[in-house]
Amino acid sequence: MDVVPKWAEVTLIPIISLLLAAIFSAIVIIAIGEDPLNALKIMVQGAFGSTYGWGYTLYYATNFMFTGLAFAVAFHASLFNIGGEGQALLGGLGVALVCLLVPWPHWTIALLFAMIGGAAFGALWAAIPAWLQAKRGSHIVITTIMFNFIGAAVLNYMLVNVLKPKGSQDPATARFAEAVHLPTLHDILAPFGIAFSKSTPANVSLFIALAACVLVWLLIWRTRLGFEIRAFGKSQSAARYAGISGVRITMIAMLISGGLAGLMAINNVMGEAERLVLNPTEGAGFLGIAVALMGRSHPFGVFLAAILFGFLYQGGAELAFFTSIPREMIIVIQALVIMFTGALDNMVRMPLERIFLALRGKEVR
Amino acid sequence: MANEAPAIELKGISKAFGPVQANKDISIRVMPGTIHGIIGENGAGKSTLMSILYGFYKADAGEIFISGQKTTIPDSQAAIAAGIGMVFQHFKLVENFTVLENIVLGAEDGGLLRPSLAKARKTLEELEQEYDLKVDPDAIIEQIGVGAQQRVEILKALYRQANILILDEPTGVLTPAEADQLFRILGRLREEGKTIILITHKLREIMEITDTVSVMRRGEMTATVKTSETSPEELAELMVGRKVLLQVDKTPAQPGDVILDVKNLRVVDEMGVERLRSIDLQVRAGEILGIAGVAGNGQSELLEVLGGYMDATGEVRVNGTLMPLTGAGADGRSRRESGVSHVPEDRQREGLIMDFAAWENVAFGYHDDAAYNRGVLMDNSAVRADTEAKMERFDVRPPNPALAAKNFSGGNQQKIVLAREIERNPDLLLIGQPTRGVDIGAIEFIHQQIVALRDQGKAILLVSVELEEILSLSDRVAVMFDGQIMGERLPSQTDEKELGLLMAGVSGEAA
Repeated sequence: MDVVPKWAEVTLIPIISLLLAAIFSAIVIIAIGEDPLNALKIMVQGAFGSTYGWGYTLYYATNFMFTGLAFAVAFHASLFNIGGEGQALLGGLGVALVCLLVPWPHWTIALLFAMIGGAAFGALWAAIPAWLQAKRGSHIVITTIMFNFIGAAVLNYMLVNVLKPKGSQDPATARFAEAVHLPTLHDILAPFGIAFSKSTPANVSLFIALAACVLVWLLIWRTRLGFEIRAFGKSQSAARYAGISGVRITMIAMLISGGLAGLMAINNVMGEAERLVLNPTEGAGFLGIAVALMGRSHPFGVFLAAILFGFLYQGGAELAFFTSIPREMIIVIQALVIMFTGALDNMVRMPLERIFLALRGKEVR
Repeated sequence: MANEAPAIELKGISKAFGPVQANKDISIRVMPGTIHGIIGENGAGKSTLMSILYGFYKADAGEIFISGQKTTIPDSQAAIAAGIGMVFQHFKLVENFTVLENIVLGAEDGGLLRPSLAKARKTLEELEQEYDLKVDPDAIIEQIGVGAQQRVEILKALYRQANILILDEPTGVLTPAEADQLFRILGRLREEGKTIILITHKLREIMEITDTVSVMRRGEMTATVKTSETSPEELAELMVGRKVLLQVDKTPAQPGDVILDVKNLRVVDEMGVERLRSIDLQVRAGEILGIAGVAGNGQSELLEVLGGYMDATGEVRVNGTLMPLTGAGADGRSRRESGVSHVPEDRQREGLIMDFAAWENVAFGYHDDAAYNRGVLMDNSAVRADTEAKMERFDVRPPNPALAAKNFSGGNQQKIVLAREIERNPDLLLIGQPTRGVDIGAIEFIHQQIVALRDQGKAILLVSVELEEILSLSDRVAVMFDGQIMGERLPSQTDEKELGLLMAGVSGEAA
């Protein structure tokens, strides 16, 4: 038997990890002379206390859902795709090109093609490391990290030398046409009589992200391809025996992964900035790794973890605004959460295993 | 002798891992200058007991006496200090060091190596003389045979002045001739007054060499008897707890058409070493061809090539159809479509995905089957239902499709693989080490299934390192050595001695 039952695996361990992160964060906040309870109140208030707060929390969460899912899909094939950041950057380029080059009549068609463009560019950026891994055995962790740098440089070059409007000092593309403007939550919810804050970036991409969660769940747990991806991820030798091609699974899993990371650009580039700027992802690609690890690479877990990190981002911004806690402190808190939920998993698991063993002591196997 | 203190005495040893009681109130006395066998099925607690004696685990309760002295053994250093030496099933040798360096390793005196080595060389010569244990001290470990490596392990223990030697399944990797040699060495050590504990699951070895034998079952010591006063049948019954059929019950084969036809099959590995050298063989419908041989002589490669996942040259025909041996079509999936099922040698690495539930493992490899799918999605409930039925027919315990493969015992894991492969009704079944790590009760069942499949007119290629298994199951026996087939025999017209010579590479004519 697995020592820790499944329900405890998915609930107790993350909750205890989070509590530990919260306790350590509190200690740090006390150490700089602030009140941790007050800080928590400001964060919760700032992230969930108003539709303005919700708007930002959900906007960030949308980014993290895409990049978290991206990491999770590759992770099921036991591929460590650290390149979500670069793939999301390239996805931004794809979305920007789609939006700029064609005079779209309506945002729906524009969104559809922007999704294709973003996913295709992200997938392409993942395809090269995937091919090097599958065919040449170059370790995907190393290559995807390197491709993050190359991706940033490519974007930089494109913005400065190709896409920047003549005469502009700003390394960014021109603003997208009004027709490709995506409806925000305010626009969407107004017909239902819900007054949602007008000045937040949360937009229709949120629903695409939620749909992506469901589709990834179906893919991984309900399709033959997902079965093969998981089988390959758990045991490459068994996959070889069964006739599951490692090259094929590596390529497909990475293409899907890169595509999901690239899709993020419909939220931040098309939905929020409405133009492509330098560093549009702001680290969301990296954060996706933490989101996926915390969510146990399960789409529902990714969804919850994305909301949590959305809360930390938005609540953290408010915290810097209302207290003397410096902005850097937010990064410390985020790091603590990542450390306890991702890296220090076994620290919580092992005592729990002992407790469960003691509880089941009298049961006979 | 009777008044002498026992070399080892364990009193009331208990050890639990969580809810599992690995050792329960075990007491045992081993007199000096004797060979004591410990026999039991996998998971009976033999290894745990020896690990306690060697300081790897701490017993929950109980006492250890060495030569009458109460001793605590917190770690392996203490065990060595108490004069206990252990020869593990998997040797703990540094492959690219010499014999001498391996013997000194961990027992060097001083910071400089040269004086230690010189001293060791002298001691080693004395030991070799005394016990008739021949090895070249300057040979590199990876260049000497398995039998010699085992002798190095024994010398390592003797060099550390062990009086008590524990050998864990020592013959698993040896040819019969090498095993005989090992037994001669053990006999010599006994004459010199050493005490030996032999852990094994092979009844024959117990009967051949031990003075006394203890039987373990489910963590308990069920009996300790004088070897001369017992029989294999009695020991088997004590091990399993019920009467066991040691012989496979089968009628003569009724061979039909040639199903598998292999011609001039060759495999060269990445290092340029020939793994298979021009293999020719045929298996007919309704017969079992057994491939005997010491592990590592090309049997694994043969299975992998036939199973579709190792590149080779030559010709392989199944039912007359040529199988691709490289490129497209050379994979497990295509082979299954051609009517070949494969129970691989290593079920934990290949046959099963240990983290997958039983039902996922039943679908594994056959997940494209229409019965397991509904449109683009897999029909998980159909797979579960099928798994439940298979588990019942193959008596898999516990019959829980949702349990991960790693949580089943070795025998039940093997039954899951067998159920998956046999129930596909293949024309040809490839089966490697069908009963490795499987308890006696399950062995009986697995052997019956294989014979039943043969009687349905299927062709079966059986690879096993257990000669007894090969001899009792096969209708014809081929012996492999160094990537070649040394000869073919009929089980009724050969014996372990002749096969042993072939396994050691002595060709058929000379044998």
